[in-house]
Amino acid sequence: MTTPAATTPAEPAEPLLTAHDLAVSFPVGSQLTARIRHTERLLRAVDGVDLEVRRGEALALVGESGSGKSTLALALAGLRPPDRGEIRYAGRVLPGRRSRDDRRRIQMVFQDPYSSLNPRLTVGRMLGELLRVHHVVPRDQVKSFSAELLGLVGLDEGALSAYPRQFSGGQRQRVAIARALALRPEVLVADEPVSALDVSVQATILNLLRDLRGELGLTLLLISHNLAVVRHLCDRVAVMYLGRIVEVAPTEQLFRDPRHPYTRGLLAAIPRLTEQAGEMGPPALAGDPPSPLAIPAGCRFRTRCPMAQPRCEHEDPALTAGPGDPGHLAACHFAFTPAPATASASPEQA
Amino acid sequence: MNGQGRTGPQTGGPQTGERQMNERQMNGNVLEVSDLRVQIASRRGLVRAVDGVSFEVPRGGALGLVGESGSGKSMTLRAVLGVLPPEAHVVSGQVRLDGTDLLTLNHDSLNRMRGPKISMIFQEPMSALNPVMRVGQQIAEGPRIHLGYSRARAAERTLELMRRVGIPDPERRYRAYPHEFSGGMRQRVMIAIALACEPEIILCDEPTTALDVTIQDQILRLLAALCRESGVSLVFVTHDLPVVAQVCQQVAVMYGGQLVERGDVRDVLLDPRHPYTLGLVRSAPDFEYVQDSLRPIPGSPPSLITPPPGCRFHPRCEFAEDDCRTGEVPLRILPGGRATACLHYERCLDALAADRAGQ
Repeated sequence: MTTPAATTPAEPAEPLLTAHDLAVSFPVGSQLTARIRHTERLLRAVDGVDLEVRRGEALALVGESGSGKSTLALALAGLRPPDRGEIRYAGRVLPGRRSRDDRRRIQMVFQDPYSSLNPRLTVGRMLGELLRVHHVVPRDQVKSFSAELLGLVGLDEGALSAYPRQFSGGQRQRVAIARALALRPEVLVADEPVSALDVSVQATILNLLRDLRGELGLTLLLISHNLAVVRHLCDRVAVMYLGRIVEVAPTEQLFRDPRHPYTRGLLAAIPRLTEQAGEMGPPALAGDPPSPLAIPAGCRFRTRCPMAQPRCEHEDPALTAGPGDPGHLAACHFAFTPAPATASASPEQA
Repeated sequence: MNGQGRTGPQTGGPQTGERQMNERQMNGNVLEVSDLRVQIASRRGLVRAVDGVSFEVPRGGALGLVGESGSGKSMTLRAVLGVLPPEAHVVSGQVRLDGTDLLTLNHDSLNRMRGPKISMIFQEPMSALNPVMRVGQQIAEGPRIHLGYSRARAAERTLELMRRVGIPDPERRYRAYPHEFSGGMRQRVMIAIALACEPEIILCDEPTTALDVTIQDQILRLLAALCRESGVSLVFVTHDLPVVAQVCQQVAVMYGGQLVERGDVRDVLLDPRHPYTLGLVRSAPDFEYVQDSLRPIPGSPPSLITPPPGCRFHPRCEFAEDDCRTGEVPLRILPGGRATACLHYERCLDALAADRAGQ
């Protein structure tokens, strides 16, 4: 068996990008009624996140839609101001309005390469503008450096004079990656970089990300709902549910020994070649996630949790490490201690 | 097999349910598509989106149709139901549903088949549902029109369907609008609509692609259970190989508008006999074992305006020989009932053996 973890150093690397008690919310509904009633309805997309991205690692952020993973990525990249909490870069607190240099360090690749590239700029002009604004290279080297960037992502120099519409989806995603790399970032945040692509094209982009990580020593934060992709590419995984991180662990450990009931459900829900739904029992997780407008009190997962206890209604479990293993964190009262047995734990209700 | 579905229609239902079960237990195919060709007129020329596709769906069976975007899988499905976009048209072929060729029917006769005989579940429930009509009414519409149910009886049937597809609190949800539902619940509504007139076969066009993995899991299990209980047949179009394995017994792989491989789902996906299927399996990140490096299929899909001569996959194929570059390469039946369009399929065996030795 080969594991991607083989590339990680034995001792944990220093934290490069950390979030502490980070919260981002969006006002929803009419601003007029909000003013009249003096109450604002808030969608708490990210609701008190503690996360540590270590230098040189590939960290995955997984969760269902609405779990806040993209919002968290935007906040970390400085594209969305947080309401609360702090973000540190190499130990230094990043201000709400970041300097040009701080912005350069963290770059993003977005999901949809059809809408994230300006259709009216050729690739050469797009890259050239970036390189000039950020003074990455002297002006007379802009063209040659652009060509070099394209070479890095596997496109030839001819692509410089082409418009995004002339590329296929996979090639556009390569252009988007070249754009992100143009500023020589230290952290690359990729938000579902392959989910808009066909399977055979996905593989080329995943391999590219993996190679670039090795070549450039990039730190990668990969946001994905596809756990197979995550397993292929990442050293550690953070699982998000309703705006909170509920479990963090090294990849293989998380897949082998998930401690949070949500992670277990998520893993059990993955379709596999070897079993057939016709022969299987009830779904891995029943019901829909609650609305982020009305997050349940206590543990936010308890409404779908197969092992919820009365205690879970009042006490919000903190993200804590298990005994003897500081690298495996889970936010569940019963993650590392067995839950008290109940007479009949049958939460089967869609 | 269970003699009766878990829930029959409320009134006069059990008898019809039983009759249909008996019919369905008879051997034979509910749907037979032969030599279907669909062309699309475009500015650059005639696109041969579907080019000579044939398949059968056994009664009570589920067939998966897999392929990447542009392989013609959705066009095939749309041609079967007669809902092609205006610029596309069927140029030849037959689509036999219980012996009736759907392609020869006029608009009214075809409409009478849609619902009681054949129905469809779309990828985006939000754009397939009517946003300004109550969900209950949308489900009740089919029974009202096709089965001639009274308003009260259709409402009763609707509540029963909503219960059956797992929509909680159906009495209250009956009066809700689609936007009040989550993605998973909307897809359940689509399934209820598709089931409403007890069709023989349901066509599913990527029904779980837009859903989260836990919701996808719920919907796949629901579809599989409905199939098992009511004996309805499925054609399931998707690009996701493990999803096919969960719901279908048979799978057909499409490439460049043609079928390239067909057979039992586990045979085909675990032990492919066509280099394209092999490429798909190799390039997908697999959950079960982690590969060192994924192996993408080189090149890009063929133009369907001027497809390459011979086997359409030959420009991207590592096994291609001279005989692959000319002439037609039709599906050939192999021992065990599976079929491949590859002239040198035995090389897949060697490649797989080498892969496994390297693991």
